[in-house]
Amino acid sequence: MEWPWNKSNKNELPQFWKEYLATFKESKDPLLSRTRIVVYDTETTGFDIKNDRILSIGAIAITSGVIDLSDSFEIYIEQEIFNEETVKIHGILKEGNYQKVAEEEAIERFIRYLGNAPLIAHHAVFDQRMINQALNRMGLEKLKNVIYDTGLLYKKTKHFISESIPEQSYTLDAIAKELNISMEDRHTAAGDAFITALVFLKTVTKLDPDKKLTVKRLNRSSLF
Amino acid sequence: MKNTIAERIADFLKKFPPFNLLEKDDLKAISENVKVHYLDKGRHCFTENDERHDQFYFVKDGAVGLYKNDGDEESLVDICDEGDIFGLRPLITQENYQMSALANEESVLYGIPIQNFTAIAENEKKISNYLIASFASNTRNPVELEKGGKLFTEYKVERNPDLFELQTATYISNPICCSPETPVKDAALKMRNQKIGSIIVVNDQQVPLGVITNSDIRNKIATGDFSINTQASFIMSSPVITQPSGITIAQAQMIMVRHNIRHICITEDGTANTKLIGMLSEHDIMLSKANNPSVLIKGIKRAKSIKTLREIRLKIGVLLKAYIDQNIPLSHVLKIVSELNSLILDRAIELSVAEMPTSPPVKFAWIALGSQGRKEQLLPTDQDNALVFQNVADSNYEETKSYFLELAGIITKHLHTIGFEYCKADMMGSNPKWCNSLSIWKEQFSNWIAKPSQETILLSSIFFDFDLVYGDAQLVDELSKSIFKSLEKGDLFYSLMGRDALKSPSPLGFFRQFLVEHDGKNKDTFDIKSRAMMPLIDAARLLTLSQHVKNINNTALRFENLAVLEPQNAELYKSCAYAFKALLKFRTKQGILNNDSGRYIQLGKLSKEDRLKLKRCFKPIKDIQELLKVRFQLTHFL
Repeated sequence: MEWPWNKSNKNELPQFWKEYLATFKESKDPLLSRTRIVVYDTETTGFDIKNDRILSIGAIAITSGVIDLSDSFEIYIEQEIFNEETVKIHGILKEGNYQKVAEEEAIERFIRYLGNAPLIAHHAVFDQRMINQALNRMGLEKLKNVIYDTGLLYKKTKHFISESIPEQSYTLDAIAKELNISMEDRHTAAGDAFITALVFLKTVTKLDPDKKLTVKRLNRSSLF
Repeated sequence: MKNTIAERIADFLKKFPPFNLLEKDDLKAISENVKVHYLDKGRHCFTENDERHDQFYFVKDGAVGLYKNDGDEESLVDICDEGDIFGLRPLITQENYQMSALANEESVLYGIPIQNFTAIAENEKKISNYLIASFASNTRNPVELEKGGKLFTEYKVERNPDLFELQTATYISNPICCSPETPVKDAALKMRNQKIGSIIVVNDQQVPLGVITNSDIRNKIATGDFSINTQASFIMSSPVITQPSGITIAQAQMIMVRHNIRHICITEDGTANTKLIGMLSEHDIMLSKANNPSVLIKGIKRAKSIKTLREIRLKIGVLLKAYIDQNIPLSHVLKIVSELNSLILDRAIELSVAEMPTSPPVKFAWIALGSQGRKEQLLPTDQDNALVFQNVADSNYEETKSYFLELAGIITKHLHTIGFEYCKADMMGSNPKWCNSLSIWKEQFSNWIAKPSQETILLSSIFFDFDLVYGDAQLVDELSKSIFKSLEKGDLFYSLMGRDALKSPSPLGFFRQFLVEHDGKNKDTFDIKSRAMMPLIDAARLLTLSQHVKNINNTALRFENLAVLEPQNAELYKSCAYAFKALLKFRTKQGILNNDSGRYIQLGKLSKEDRLKLKRCFKPIKDIQELLKVRFQLTHFL
């Protein structure tokens, strides 16, 4: 698909992207406990970054350590690519009963919703790549936000001796089970984002008990 | 936009009051604005005197303790767990927080923004009723309860939603009367003896002429305007207002207001020309509302028959149901209900004594045993009681005992009529074994303690929780002193009691399943009394006795007292007290629901939440049993 603007020419960038970039101009490093953080998850047609597509994005914001339902995001995307195998997991049918929007519109809305908020996802690299790939299809650059991975953060709270599955990254199910979080709506983007948000709150309370860490320092912190 | 998370939060909230009373759309609007908080154990949600937040809190997971600072120390006021709300009152009264909220375990809270909530709650009477009830219960002192009155106006409560006023008023069918010629003095004596506030003046044909009330006597006789020998007809208020039977409560109230009177005479045809058949007083109307403990208390004190007491006992049941429905804390409910119950017993015994041909030859005391003795009885169960009388010379013993056995027979019969069924094991004052003089009782207890056996342990588990119901406090006090004295050399007794306390293991089986009954008519039900409550009751009794603490019989209070005596175990004891209250509430709710004692619970009928709540009460049982094992060296017994 052709998109009418060019990566190299900044003047022709769409308005929402310009606004997005503008939010990063001031390079502050605020306290994590006072910052708006966005937790998100994507459901996709599969795990191939190049060929698979995003079916839905669910996100919820944590502001000053509180999950705010009024600051949440949930969108379903029309896709040509369809994979019967993954329907079993996420339950999103090609012609499902959801109001769906085009990928470009979904990404634009998501970027507007994000702003410069640090991003949290479970196994963050995958979701980040899927979003970046979609941005790339629109002729745009990659996400600029600070990104945390709850899988890695959670690992920091565990001493290697007490790790139940050392050498591996934790699945969201495994962590939720260990942290006693009920797993409703698992495998919907919004449901997983909410579970991830609770994992983040529980984990960050351990990593930042005195609420002193800044946004940039969290990824470097460790209990051990 | 679809909002999966908000939908899920709404699904959860709607299982709990007051959210279960909301319309679907209102609940959706609230859920979409919820703030989810996570508190690690030991963290504050807010602290006393903090400025109020813009939201109140609903406990999703975990437990939050509310603490109040009384001078030097923080005292625990309440524990909120899954489904409870807290921190709402200051938002409505617009004050700072009056208590601190601290996570007793790691907790997830839903913050409900007050602005979203008030808009909806104000239009919804059921919600404001619920809130008022929960506020009323959060207030432990009556002065504040009075102050809380402003909430009633703010929320425009409808007090009687069940059209109570349209019910037919029940009237007294044989009112006390006197003739017009009766001297006022005699009329007043009659009123005093019958404990009534008014007397009706009738002619020879029983046609009502007038009424004399306390205020007539105060205003006309006591002032010196008339002598006490004046004939009744001179000072009576006349004419009387008459109505036919079948008048509704609403009509009666309106007539009383219109004529500024407190009594209505019920006559055969409703006019003042026919025979008087009854009398309806303002007091009777109040009493029939059954929503006010103080009115019930007056009713009990004035009751002239066992039948009246039975009716009042039924009203206490109605009151209890309302309290439980409104989630009023159990310690509050227990106090009121056990107070009312003991007044009923008191009055029933008073009436029984009056039925005896002669007054009691010596002083005696009627004592309640078991759950009644522990003041843990909400729904009427079997009666367990005993009688102790003052020591008499041997030559008079048989005669005295037979007098008290006869009296006990009358008392137990009356209690049965009132709704306390006969004890199947015949553990009642009417049994010659449980009707003895003080010295024989003392001997009995010291034998039980010195030579404990399986049977005496079982008996003592009932007899150690005794409480004076009626009669001479001195007798009971002497008895408990002598018991404690015998206990000083009762090591073996403690061990046996400890073994007894461990006879029901933790109510959860190997697979974290509830242990259910395997046979009999209660097959596959969960016996909450013997599997969950008895272990706590037994443990509390044993620990309290071994600490030589007298005069605390209530299980929850025993644990709370133990928490003070043994600070190192305070946390365990407090959780035992909490668990016990939760279990008792559970049992009471089940009992009200199924109209039985609530003892056998059909697990299939419980919601998941209830099952979880129940399970959480079991952990302290396991822990306290461990403590007993170590303290009383019980391992070799088992």
